[in-house]
Amino acid sequence: MQLSGRRIGQIRQILGLTLVAVAAVLIAINVSGNLQLKGLSLSFDFLGRPASFDIPFKLIDFNSRDTYARAALVGLLNTVLVAVLAIITATIVGVSFGTFLLSPNPLLRRTSMMFVEMIKNTPQLLQVLFWYVVILRQLPSARESYQPLANVYLNVRGLFLPALQMAAPNGRLWLAWAAIGALVALLLYGMRQLFVVKRVERNKLIAVAGGLAAVAVISWWISAVEVSLSRPELRGFNFRGGVQIVPELIALWVGLAIYASSFIADLVRGAVLAVPKGQEEAASALGLKHGQTLRLVKLPQALQIVVPPLVSQYLNITKSSTLGIAIAYPEIMTVLGGTTLNQTGQAIETMLIIMGVFILLNLIVSALMNRYNRHVALQGHA
Amino acid sequence: MQQAIAPSRSLTSMMKSSLKATFGTPLNAAISIVMLAFFATVLPALYRWGIAAASLSGADRKACIDGGACWVFLRIRWHDLMYGSYPPTEVWRVNLVAVMLVVLIVGAFLKANPWRRQLVILLCFAFPVAASVLLLGGVPGLPYVATRFWGGLMLNVVLAFIAVAGAVPLGLVLAEARRAKDRTVRSLAIGFIELWRAAPLVTVLFMGIFILPFVMPRGFELNKFVSVAVVLVLFNSAYMAEAIRGGLQAVPRGQFQAAEALGLGFWQARWLVIWPQALRMSVPSIVNTAIDLFKDTSLVIIVGLFDMLGAVQQAVRDPQWLGLSAEGYIFVASIFLVICSLLSAMSKTIERELDPGRRE
Repeated sequence: MQLSGRRIGQIRQILGLTLVAVAAVLIAINVSGNLQLKGLSLSFDFLGRPASFDIPFKLIDFNSRDTYARAALVGLLNTVLVAVLAIITATIVGVSFGTFLLSPNPLLRRTSMMFVEMIKNTPQLLQVLFWYVVILRQLPSARESYQPLANVYLNVRGLFLPALQMAAPNGRLWLAWAAIGALVALLLYGMRQLFVVKRVERNKLIAVAGGLAAVAVISWWISAVEVSLSRPELRGFNFRGGVQIVPELIALWVGLAIYASSFIADLVRGAVLAVPKGQEEAASALGLKHGQTLRLVKLPQALQIVVPPLVSQYLNITKSSTLGIAIAYPEIMTVLGGTTLNQTGQAIETMLIIMGVFILLNLIVSALMNRYNRHVALQGHA
Repeated sequence: MQQAIAPSRSLTSMMKSSLKATFGTPLNAAISIVMLAFFATVLPALYRWGIAAASLSGADRKACIDGGACWVFLRIRWHDLMYGSYPPTEVWRVNLVAVMLVVLIVGAFLKANPWRRQLVILLCFAFPVAASVLLLGGVPGLPYVATRFWGGLMLNVVLAFIAVAGAVPLGLVLAEARRAKDRTVRSLAIGFIELWRAAPLVTVLFMGIFILPFVMPRGFELNKFVSVAVVLVLFNSAYMAEAIRGGLQAVPRGQFQAAEALGLGFWQARWLVIWPQALRMSVPSIVNTAIDLFKDTSLVIIVGLFDMLGAVQQAVRDPQWLGLSAEGYIFVASIFLVICSLLSAMSKTIERELDPGRRE
């Protein structure tokens, strides 16, 4: 009997899918049997129950009467906070070290290379623990705090900073936030006009910038917000007022940022070296110095090459923020995989939520990257 | 091009050019002075702390009086750091496996070695069997040592080796599946690979400890070591698949056509023609993935296995050695640094060997 190639392909597809389906069913049978054996059931009901634990560091209000779902949200926000802080720091440090690695000065170049290799070749968890246990735990007590700047205190309980407090007596605080949002949008728009857009359309510029500025001023004025400065002050054994940045956050932030910056430094170096040699020769023919060539000619071109691997480093930082569980920084893994799992025993559900969060993040980022790549390809670069 | 010019330069001109690079412009001179000042302050202090004023002999922390590093505690805890709770009388077995591993890797790496191919085969097939027999025991003459006694550096190396040895074949299959003509196979492979790559390793290890036992048939007991090893293999197979896919893409089309022209079937062509070339070309990326994996094995302390970092974590909690954490972390960091730097230097050498035309 002779089968056509297409028919064979179809049979193979059906066979493959059947195999996967059988495996899935077998796993499902095992899981349900084991759950029954332990008297557990697969359900997300626990999310609505009171969490009955407190979270020491949070961006939104939370107390032990709130639900597990809100605890997860607190954890997620803490993950976002540390990831954003680490990404910004890692980019600044990484790009600086990347340029050091390209320096004509051998002393600077070799030393930077040594540091980069040292950071790259030691485990990330070890670095986080090092910052936490060796550096931050050795800081003085609250009474003997370091005071690097006025109203800024550093001690074993963390970093205490003065904070701006906004209060709107008539409950229109959201208007004040809208004003701030408009201001940020104005800044971003201005930066885009300055650095990205080559040809400025004056009328559009005035219309958009003026509109945003007007929204900012008017909504700030209507909100009648009262701004006050809250300073940290020593009361008994601890500080009151201001913002407290807990040592767990600092350790994780520094640990993630330094580790990733070593990889970013290498990426930047590689991308700059990949810029065609003719560009450098042309720049030096125009009389540009090393620093100018780097800043004006090579880095802008290297940026095109470096963006995709840089974004994957950002993803790595975000994934590695789960190391927070080792030092009890309350990010999503610590809150759900640590405390919630311990209290409820709902292992499968908590892991599904965490995996869901990270898979969603990955899908969003890769969709954005595809758009970026198409954009770059359309422009004819890279 | 530069290599051709370098030998003709005289010593004085070389000194001149390096002086010019270091102090040529005001900015460079300023940078150099700052760097030199940095070394002049840091290096002597480091030398005093780590060597001159450090203590190594003695039995407890009373021996550490000079204000330098207290290496005593590492000497006392040496067994924990290297072998965990492995029985002290059986430690020779671990050492023997370590010597075998180092000899095989170095032998397989050296280009001048006429037995290179045989050593690679030994490393891939005979060594894992010999190592498991030696480490686990349970045969006449070798008492059984359960995996829960394994720890320290040994655990890091064993877990990394198992993960690489398991992930490379699995990654090869996944990489082939990702390139398959069949859409179903391709999307299944992509789904599997991207799922693991999206997950943080901490979460993956938790899934190994808390979810894997649920997936197993009733009455099938899994210990922590096996659970961790299984998820490490699965997790890394996704990364290995990406490393090997690069190698598969680098095999010229002509090789596939030539294999077909010789009348080789799909699997014969893969086994005899394509895979040997693809794997050879992926060695550098495989080694780089293995380095990341080796560093990441220290994460197992989060799920309660005691590797080298775990031994330090335990030691710094011991009231007798409280406050000596810096020494412990620096020691573990240096071990990782040495091993990973050597592996990465090897990977770079192999890369050059595979592609001699490349400029570096």
